[in-house]
Amino acid sequence: MTATQERPAAEIGKDRRRKEDQRLITGRTRWTDNITLPGMLHLAMVRSPFAHAAITSIDVEAAKAATNVVAVLTGRDFGDELGACINAWPITPDQKTPPHSPMPADRVAFAGEIVAVVVARSAAEARDAAELVDVEYDEQPAVLGIKNALEDSVLAHPDLGTNKSALWVFDSSEAGTGGDVEAAIQQARTDGIVIEREYRQQRLIPAFMEPRSVVVDPTGEQLTMWSATQIPHILRFALAATTGVPESKIRVIAPDVGGGFGGKLQTTPEEWIAWAVARRLSKPVKYTETRSESLVSAHHGRDQVQTLSLAADKDGKVTGLKVHLDADLGAYVSLVGGGIPVLGAFMFNAIYKFPSYRFECQTVLTNSTWTDAYRGAGRPEATYAVERLMDELAAEVGVDPLVIRERNWITHEEFPFTTVAGLEYDSGNYEAATARAKEVFGYDALRAEQGERRARGDRVQLGIGVSTFTEMCGLAPSRVLGSLDYGAGGWEHASVRLLATGKVEVVTGTSAHGQGHETAFSQIVADRLGVPFEDVEVLHGDTQVAHRGLDTYGSRSLVVGGEALVQAVDKVIDKARHLASHLLEASQDDLDYGGGRFTVRGTDQGIAIQELATATFTGHNYPEDMELSIDAEATYDPVNFNYPHGTHLCAMEVDTETGAVTMRKYTCCDDIGNIINPLIVAGQVHGGLVQGIAQALWEEAVHDDAGTLVTGSFVDYLLPTSADTISFDVLHTEEPSVCTTNTLGTKGVGEAGTIASTPAVVNAVVDAVRHLGVDDIQMPCTPERVWRAIHAHDGDAPTPESAMPHFEEDAPNQDPTAGQGAGQ
Amino acid sequence: MIPVKFDYLAPTSVEEALAALGEHGDEAKIMAGGQSLLPVLRMRLNAPEVVIDLGGIDSLRGIRDDGDAIVIGAMTTHHDVREHALVREHALLISKAVAEVADSQIRHRGTFGGALAHADPAGDLGAPALALGAQFVIAGPGGSRTVEADDFFVDLFETAIGEDEILTEVRIPKHTGWGAHYEKFVRVAHQWPIVAVAATVRGSIDEARVGLTNMGSTPLRARATEAALAGASATEDGVREASQLAAEGTNPPTDLNGASDYRKHLARVLTGRAVLKAAGA
Repeated sequence: MTATQERPAAEIGKDRRRKEDQRLITGRTRWTDNITLPGMLHLAMVRSPFAHAAITSIDVEAAKAATNVVAVLTGRDFGDELGACINAWPITPDQKTPPHSPMPADRVAFAGEIVAVVVARSAAEARDAAELVDVEYDEQPAVLGIKNALEDSVLAHPDLGTNKSALWVFDSSEAGTGGDVEAAIQQARTDGIVIEREYRQQRLIPAFMEPRSVVVDPTGEQLTMWSATQIPHILRFALAATTGVPESKIRVIAPDVGGGFGGKLQTTPEEWIAWAVARRLSKPVKYTETRSESLVSAHHGRDQVQTLSLAADKDGKVTGLKVHLDADLGAYVSLVGGGIPVLGAFMFNAIYKFPSYRFECQTVLTNSTWTDAYRGAGRPEATYAVERLMDELAAEVGVDPLVIRERNWITHEEFPFTTVAGLEYDSGNYEAATARAKEVFGYDALRAEQGERRARGDRVQLGIGVSTFTEMCGLAPSRVLGSLDYGAGGWEHASVRLLATGKVEVVTGTSAHGQGHETAFSQIVADRLGVPFEDVEVLHGDTQVAHRGLDTYGSRSLVVGGEALVQAVDKVIDKARHLASHLLEASQDDLDYGGGRFTVRGTDQGIAIQELATATFTGHNYPEDMELSIDAEATYDPVNFNYPHGTHLCAMEVDTETGAVTMRKYTCCDDIGNIINPLIVAGQVHGGLVQGIAQALWEEAVHDDAGTLVTGSFVDYLLPTSADTISFDVLHTEEPSVCTTNTLGTKGVGEAGTIASTPAVVNAVVDAVRHLGVDDIQMPCTPERVWRAIHAHDGDAPTPESAMPHFEEDAPNQDPTAGQGAGQ
Repeated sequence: MIPVKFDYLAPTSVEEALAALGEHGDEAKIMAGGQSLLPVLRMRLNAPEVVIDLGGIDSLRGIRDDGDAIVIGAMTTHHDVREHALVREHALLISKAVAEVADSQIRHRGTFGGALAHADPAGDLGAPALALGAQFVIAGPGGSRTVEADDFFVDLFETAIGEDEILTEVRIPKHTGWGAHYEKFVRVAHQWPIVAVAATVRGSIDEARVGLTNMGSTPLRARATEAALAGASATEDGVREASQLAAEGTNPPTDLNGASDYRKHLARVLTGRAVLKAAGA
């Protein structure tokens, strides 16, 4: 019992390369589409080309007669066994929620909706036969675009009688968290400043790398579903709740999953159809979508019109913010779709001490692809609005945008701080993050260059954009979710198992799909338990292995799942202490634990945790009053969200002749508390930034008047590649403001870059041409929109409508896109 | 992304390919590098019964000097065209434009002749081929014929190549010593050009040729600008003034990346930039 274990230096804070990367990058792993079962059949979906139509008839005979086709099934062939796609977050008691069948029998409500499924012995044969299914449709008028939907003249679902799904309101004077915003606005109209704007959050497509795929094996006692999902546990619950199969008979496995960004936080018609077909035929089945199907039928994100009024005194101290959102749900209220804009409700006040605040969100149904979570989910939209407004306020007051923020932000001495939206921010230091970002960015020098270019009238102008963001993440305290009528909790579960050979298995209820949990969680366990990093195996994504969990989204895995893990490890050490005391014949009070060993204080006696693990395997010698195990598990329910923040500075060059925009420099200083693995954090920030920048400059899902997705391939839906971006300065504050509500002091980082970067970029583009009379450019800031904005007043660009969408005197809330929303 | 079932033929000579084409007629589709055809098949936008792959015909590959012209075999990859010294020396504009085609992977698979025969008006090679007065050698059942660039591009995705014919080589008249520049305007790097301008000039400026990409259903020449540039000096003001004529006679499309009037504006601005760079000004 004197074995000594070489301990590496502290794992936490180390740039560990991700242990999962080799298999993920080479693809020699368990992607769902790699799974092949004996006798497995393949599915192909028949989808509606129309946005809104009654299904008159479906002739499946030719398809059924095709080579190796086993079955062709339509909505009429299934009854209740098909189950339903659920909405788990009705945001108001009177929310209008249209029934959502995975495969409707009578009516389709968006182009891409599934009307029949072909089952064949190969994927190619299924695809061929799908083209032989003859569906007759009676096309109905379709409603597209938020403004059109609000008019209620054409209905997405005629039976509902309206397109308006729910109106959700928060008012600080009613909640007792602040004053009356209308009074503040009235006051500011008299002797202050009122900034009124309408901003458009265009519709985006998550565009994860691995298309969605599902395999169902109904053979045997249990039904098993493999799915490329972020949420195996929620998926299992929903299958049980809607298809009548006992939860105990369902095993859901999310094997290696290639990205999600919220796009796989969904229970999908494709999963439900595969489930029903496998049960009907008693055969394993597989369905893997094509990229075209993914773009049209996997849920979209964002899609809001934001009507905003910011009141301030003459010095730019904000006195109130009023927000009205109209949010497009698409054709159905998806899993948490209605709640996504509500997640932004608490974030419009951002890092500021606004004394009054009102938020309204009207969700509407349209005949378009349904929307739901997309990286940031509600918080990017809120951050965009407030950070654009703060730049506008600075311009109005005539001071630097950083000065206007400083006049309004919560100072570091004021934490913990209860905001006007009712959240308690536990820690933060906006001054420190801003100072560091400013210095590395070279803020003053770039401002000077901007002035010189303006003075010279350069063809290429320079703009600087600021975004001082915060967000609420780490979803979430279960009681808070309950108060919002969310259909689940926000706790997380972990267990730690010590194997006979001294190796450690860690089971987490989070479900990684590219985040690097296996590496980061191994680092935490290595340090906390004192075992080698390489000896830790992290198991996840299988409901039979990880029996309790709430999966991965909302920057929650580390801050909630990691904390559950810490608590489980601490329990292991407690149990092991009892055994160690017995074997070392010493009082528990005399034992110290460190470096993976119990040592008897004042002696050279000790025992390693691995030896204790072996002792519980043999069971030859252990205390009478001890259960023979040092394994442990823990469920952790967070007591608060956590609030990462950061200052992002962006310099953009704008070619005033063509409207082309080019990023010159991007510096961000994020305060995310303690960092477990800086390399993984840098990856999260870089990827997040690019996704946010892409909203500012490139991406937009566009439906035409008939409801057809025009951006139906990557030819038209513009995703950036590394060739389109620059190297970013990714910084953190020297002394982070650690999270005070978890042991590790960590804050979420998965969504931070995306939330922060969009307004920084647009602010920079607008700043570059503000002296030419521009105060807004609709996203994405295409060269054409930038060019039209610049030349709207000089007659060079005769049709400015797509570029200057916002308020004009005496004509509030006008929408120059005529309700089409998505532009063009 | 599974194409409809098709038969695959891989002839090893032009004669064999022509025979196959004759046999299968309009049920057949020629495949060169496949960089446009394969996505079309996979998205089931087209479903030929037979695909005739020219990849096995060695005689269609390579670049040679032929007196007053260089000759580029139709199956020569973009990468090989870009790297070739003869092209750089005698048709610099082609070198510059080919370097801008899509990305490195596509340039290693896609072919010079395949891209021209596909005749996508947003393709990068039509405008420079037109500007340089390329000649297209087309083989058919009755032998070979040569078509001038002005007659080659007929309409959207339509050329002078007949249904029973194959493009075998492209002759580029030597423009030795001419300056050249291809100015491509995109939002993201891998995108088809919203507008691009291929400009090549002799001296500064004795003679100029300007081709326009994506300004109509075929590649176009900016002839009014060419005329205005001939004998002009390569000053910024002079070139910009001549470039104001660049959009004359064009009919560019309106799509998500820009309305027609914006594309005309771009053509004027980009022509000025391309010509100035070509002239080394």
